[in-house]
Amino acid sequence: MEYFLQQLINGISLGAIYGLIAIGYTMVYGIIGMINFAHGEIYMIGAFVALITFLALGALGITWVPLALVVMLAASMLFTAVYGWTVERIAYRPLRNSPKLAPLISAIGISIFLQNYVQILQGARSKPLQPILPGNLTLMDGAVSVSYVRLATIIITVALMYGFTQLITRTSLGRAQRACEQDKKMAALLGVDVDRIISLTFVMGAALAAVAGMMVLLIYGVIDFYIGFLAGVKAFTAAVLGGIGSLPGAMLGGVVIGLIEAFWSGYMGSEWKDVATFTILVLVLIFRPTGLLGRPEIEKV
Amino acid sequence: MTALSMSSPRSIAWPAILKEAAITAFVALLLTIPLVGLRTVDRPTGLGLETRWAEVAAAVGLVFLGRLGLCLIRDGQPTVVLVLAAVATAAGFFIKMPTEALRVILIAGGAIIAIRAVIAIRTGRSKLSQAERDQRMDRIAAKVQHASRWLGPIAVVVALAFPLTPLADRQLLDIGILLLTYIMLGWGLNIVVGLAGLLDLGYVAFYAVGAYSYALLAHYFGLSFWLCLPLAGLLAAGSGVLLGFPVLRLRGDYFAIVTLGFGEIIRIILVNWYQFTGGPNGISGIPRPSFFGLADFVRSPPEGTLAFHEMFGLEFSPLHRIVFLYYLILALSLVVNLFTLRIRKLPLGRAWEALREDDIACASLGINRTNMKLAAFAIAAMFGGFAGSFFATRQGFISPESFTFIESAIILAIVVLGGMGSQIGVVVATLLVIGLPEAFRELADYRMLAFGMGMVLIMLWRPRGLLAHRDPTILLYGRNGKGTGGAAAGTAAAGGQGIAGGRAK
Repeated sequence: MEYFLQQLINGISLGAIYGLIAIGYTMVYGIIGMINFAHGEIYMIGAFVALITFLALGALGITWVPLALVVMLAASMLFTAVYGWTVERIAYRPLRNSPKLAPLISAIGISIFLQNYVQILQGARSKPLQPILPGNLTLMDGAVSVSYVRLATIIITVALMYGFTQLITRTSLGRAQRACEQDKKMAALLGVDVDRIISLTFVMGAALAAVAGMMVLLIYGVIDFYIGFLAGVKAFTAAVLGGIGSLPGAMLGGVVIGLIEAFWSGYMGSEWKDVATFTILVLVLIFRPTGLLGRPEIEKV
Repeated sequence: MTALSMSSPRSIAWPAILKEAAITAFVALLLTIPLVGLRTVDRPTGLGLETRWAEVAAAVGLVFLGRLGLCLIRDGQPTVVLVLAAVATAAGFFIKMPTEALRVILIAGGAIIAIRAVIAIRTGRSKLSQAERDQRMDRIAAKVQHASRWLGPIAVVVALAFPLTPLADRQLLDIGILLLTYIMLGWGLNIVVGLAGLLDLGYVAFYAVGAYSYALLAHYFGLSFWLCLPLAGLLAAGSGVLLGFPVLRLRGDYFAIVTLGFGEIIRIILVNWYQFTGGPNGISGIPRPSFFGLADFVRSPPEGTLAFHEMFGLEFSPLHRIVFLYYLILALSLVVNLFTLRIRKLPLGRAWEALREDDIACASLGINRTNMKLAAFAIAAMFGGFAGSFFATRQGFISPESFTFIESAIILAIVVLGGMGSQIGVVVATLLVIGLPEAFRELADYRMLAFGMGMVLIMLWRPRGLLAHRDPTILLYGRNGKGTGGAAAGTAAAGGQGIAGGRAK
C-alpha cells in the first residue's frame, strides 16, 4: 500500500511535467493543425536556461533558495518564450498556407538545429546539478516520503493550470484564442489579429514547457541536450491520448502517461516502460480513435 | 532602367526602419544572452559559468545590420544595400570575428541580402510572392519531370559505368553506396507517403527489422545473405501488416504518432532484449555477401571453394567487394523504382493515388481503403527490409544506434523535400540531404546544425518540395492528346478529369 502510494505520487508529479509540455502541443495543434516537433527542444532549452540562471545567481552571490527559484522560473519562462516566438516567426508563419507536411518537415529541421545549437554552445556532456531543494515530507510514519521538489512540482503545476484555465476561459485573449481555434477566417473578419494570437499561443506553450524543463532539472538534477526528444514524443503521446486539441485532455493524458510509467517502473522494472506507454497509446487509439476527451471528427466531403 | 527609377529618392522612414531593426536586434539579444553569452563549463568543484559577451554583441550587431538592410531593400534602396552587403561579405573573409560560426553567418547573411537586393533591382519589387515563386519552380519541375524520360536512363547508365571509371576509389564508392541506400529508402517510403498519402514517421523500424533479421538469421542459423534477403523482406512486410492492421483506420496525425511510437518500440526492444539481439552493443561479425553464393570475395578461399578473382581470372583486389556491393544496392533500388513506376499504372497504384487525393470519394467508389493502405504499407516495409539487410551486410556491424528517429526523419525529409510522389525528386533530395553533408565532413560539429537549417530553408523556399509536380499518372485522353512539352498540367485541365486523382493541385 505504501509502495503503491509512493508510485502514485511519483507518477502524478511526472505526469504533471508531461502535461505541461503536452499543453504546448495540443494548443498549437488545435489552432494551426500542425505537430510542432520542435516543442521538445523548447522544453530542453527551458531546462538549460533554468540551469544557467541558477549558476548565474550563484555567481552573483544570491543563494536564498525561494528567491533563486522564483528568478529561475521567471527567467526560463521569459527566455524560452522568446525562443518559441522566434521559431514560429521564422519557420512556421511563412508556411501557414502550405501543404500540411511542409511545416512538419520545417519543425523537424528546427528540432535538429536547436539540438545541435545547444550541443555546440553548452557541450555534449550531461550537466549535473546538486539538489537545490533537498529534503522530504514524510507521511504515514515515514512509509511514504514525498520530496519537496515533487511536491513543489505538483503545486506549481496546479497553480499554473488554474491560472491558465482562467486565461483561456475568462480573458479576451483566451476568447480570441478559442475563436481562432474554431474558425480562423471568421475570427479575422471579426477583428481578431490571427497572426498575433498564433504567436501568443506559441509563447504560452513555450513558457509552460520551460516550467516543465525547470522541474525536470530540479527533480532529476541532470540534463543534457538530448532530453527534448523523448520527453517531446511522450508529451505528444499524452496530448493524443487525451484527445488532441483539448486542454484538459492534455493534462489528463500527461497524468495517465506519468502514472503508467511510474507504476510500470515500480512493479515491472524500468526497461520496458516506454514500450508500455506506446502500447497503451495504440490500444486507446484503436478503441477511442479521438483520444480520451477528444471530440469526434466530422468527415466533410 | 528600373534600377535608376527604383533608386530615385523616395522618402525613407528612418525612424520606423530603425525601430524595426532595433526590435529584431532586441529579440536576438534575448535569444543569445542565456545560451550564447553564458556557457556552462565543467570545473573540478562542479558546474561553472563562462561569459562570452563579445559573441553576443557581434551576433546582435549582425542581426541589426541585416534587418536594416532588408528594410532598406523594401523601401526602395536596393543598390545601396547591394554594395554594402557585398562589402560586408568580402569583409567577412578578412576581419576577425569572435568565432568561426559568426564569420560564416556574416558571409552567408551578406550574400543572401546581396542576392535579395539583386532580385529587387531586377524585378523592381522587394520580393516575389509565394505564388510567383511557385509558378517559376513548377515550370522547372515540369521540365525536369518531362526530361526524366531521357534523364533517367542516362543517370542509370552513368551509375552503372561509375565503378569502371578510374575515378572510383574506395571513398567515392562508399559515398555512392550510402547515397543509393538512402535513395532506395526514399523510394520505398515514397510508396506510403507520396503515393498512398499516409504519413509514416517510423519507417526506420522496417529498416531495422530487415537488418536484424539478416544479422540474427546469420548469427544463429548461419544462413547466407542470398537466402536471408527475401526472408528479411518477408519479415519486414509481416511486421508492416502486423502494425498496419490495427492502426490503418486511424486518421492523419494519429496515424503518424502511432508509427513513430512503433519505431521507438522496435528500437527499445532491440536495446533491451540483449540476450537475443546483443542489446546496445549490437551484433558484429555479420557475414559479407558472396558472389551469388558461388564465390567469396577473399584473397585465399578455404579448400574446395572458389574465390571471386579466381573465378574470373582477375588480380585480387579488396575493391571487388565494394564494387559488388555498389551494384547490388543499385540493382535493389532500381527494382524499387521500376516497381513504383509500373504499379502506378495498375489498379492498385491508381487506387493509392486516388486515396491520397480523396479518401472519402474512394470509399464511395467501392475501394477497400484498409486493404489498399495495408498493401502500400507492407510493400514499402518489404523494401525497407531489403535495404536493412543490405545495410547489415555492408556494415558487418549493426546496433540500435543506427535506427533512431532521426533516421526516419531524414528519410521522410528526402521524400518531402524532393516533392512527394516524385521519383526523381527523391534522387535530387538525397544528393542534397546526404551528399552535401558528406562533402563537408570537415565542418564536423556544424554539419548537423547546417543540416537542420537547410531543411527549414528549403521548405520556406519551396513548401511543396523541390520537384513537386503532381502529374496524374493516367489521363483520359492520353498524354499526347494535346500538345507536348511541359504542358502536362494543361493537358490535365483540358482533358477534363484525369482518372487517377484529377487535377494537379
